[in-house]
Amino acid sequence: MRIRALVIRIIRQFVRDKRTLALLFLAPLLILSLTKLVFDGRTVSPDIGLVGSASALAEKLEEQADITVFDTFEEADQQLKNGKLDAIIQLKDNKPDVTLEGSDPSVSRSTQLVLQKAMQQSATGDAPAVHYLYGGPNMASFDSFGPVLIGFFSFFFVFLLAGVSFLRERTSGTLERLLATPIRRSEIVLGYLAGFGIFTLIQASLIAWFSVQVLGMSMTGHIVNMLLINLLLSLTALTLGTLLSSFASSEFQIIQFIPVIIVPQAFFSGLFNLDAMNPVLQKLSYIMPLYYGADAMRGIMIRGEGISDIQLDIYVLAGLSILFAILNVIALKKHRRM
Amino acid sequence: MEKSETKPAVDVSRIVRRFGDRTVLDDITLTVPRGELFGLLGPSGSGKTTMIKLITGIDKADSGKVELFGELMPQLKMLQTFGYMAQSDALYQELTGKENMAFYGSLYGLSGKSLASRIQSAASLVNLTDHLNKQTSAYSGGMKRRLSLAIALLHEPQLLVLDEPTVGIDPVLRKAIWNELTALTQQGVTIIVTTHVMDEAEKCDRLGLIRDGKLIAVDTPQAIIDMAGVQTIEEAFITLGGRQEERS
Repeated sequence: MRIRALVIRIIRQFVRDKRTLALLFLAPLLILSLTKLVFDGRTVSPDIGLVGSASALAEKLEEQADITVFDTFEEADQQLKNGKLDAIIQLKDNKPDVTLEGSDPSVSRSTQLVLQKAMQQSATGDAPAVHYLYGGPNMASFDSFGPVLIGFFSFFFVFLLAGVSFLRERTSGTLERLLATPIRRSEIVLGYLAGFGIFTLIQASLIAWFSVQVLGMSMTGHIVNMLLINLLLSLTALTLGTLLSSFASSEFQIIQFIPVIIVPQAFFSGLFNLDAMNPVLQKLSYIMPLYYGADAMRGIMIRGEGISDIQLDIYVLAGLSILFAILNVIALKKHRRM
Repeated sequence: MEKSETKPAVDVSRIVRRFGDRTVLDDITLTVPRGELFGLLGPSGSGKTTMIKLITGIDKADSGKVELFGELMPQLKMLQTFGYMAQSDALYQELTGKENMAFYGSLYGLSGKSLASRIQSAASLVNLTDHLNKQTSAYSGGMKRRLSLAIALLHEPQLLVLDEPTVGIDPVLRKAIWNELTALTQQGVTIIVTTHVMDEAEKCDRLGLIRDGKLIAVDTPQAIIDMAGVQTIEEAFITLGGRQEERS
């Protein structure tokens, strides 16, 4: 009854606040689209300068790179310095000698890859046959970290909104007024969970639909599992956001939680490969909710995992939500002793 | 609650409240019988609001006890017995006046027809009937104050606790509201009101003068004036407050 009143109130507030609705529903879609545009463009063909006459190697290279032929190394070197070329190849004692521009590791790598391929083909012609367990030759990097991003955005926006909303409840004096009514502390927390839960469910569905149907992200698992994980992740963000808002005294201080709580999670959630990190530090990811959400999302979307494969992630996320919710009820004691 | 039928509305005995090493309320004892309009008078920072919070059970005293209608506070079920108006207008700006009232009303267990009729009568009492469908972000300061008061009256509580209810309300409406409060006490409702407006204080049945966390006098406005040997409450407050300082 009181929980229902709280839910109705939250829905009414949200519906009136068009800008916040837009942040919740449209901002994640916008950023996901942008990310796709940035990382999923056509494959870049490196600009390679070739010193001397065209050779068999040059023909092979032509397929994957833009080749410019120079008469002298100095000419090519000038172009490399001007940023017009990514690499120069010249033959020294009949062996190819490569100079890379080198300031962007990813460009250097792709240039080397193109070179290696061309040399393999010109040497023997027996290229190894390649098979994929998951994904495929057409899988773009966006397909690989897209699932992590979906989880990240659900988490980030809900965290921010829940934190600020609950804080405003406190600073505007409505929390104090609320606590002078016979409502239980647990009813407040549950009401918030239910009220925001409705919106996070809509958000999760929207993001899932958009990334699979519109952005064409690879999706081999079941959409219901994806929704479940997204919802659990949002609930964790919701309970964590409201909990932390008890320790903030202004909206500005909520923003200060972003570099402390949100950004580290982004690093540990699988956006970046952590294998090179100190193994002890790698363990830090086990305390980050986003790690579990991202792991499950990747499992579902790329490897087609079912409920049984992601159950650990589900338990952890549900457990964290319940833990944060209980801590919330306790934190409210600060404002009313019963 | 049969046995508590005769108990006073508010019975505060020897309460002390400290925040850190600062003593905000120091050994206060006070009884407010049913149907009384009791005023807590004091400058800002004197401990009025803390006193209100202890009476309502939102906060708990470090020592001493508070009883409401014979029930020891703080107690969750007792929150139903009083209507509360906080110093800041606790309203949801995005909602209309009516939606604010409906929200708080349902927290007190009102619903359906009784909720709708209570909203109408409480709103007309504070002259807000025509503005009920406006978002409260468009309300003036006085309108917000009146809406807060209407919310406190919504569930027809036996006790009203009003923290500075008439700040920002024009004199005509202020008079109307005080008349209404007096009428309510005649129906047996007990009202505790804090104020630092002296002419309002004179309208109370009894006054408690509070200063630096100490209750320096409790009596009818006239008796307080006589005791201090002056002409007005304002002078009485200054005189009595001064004496207290000399003694300590």
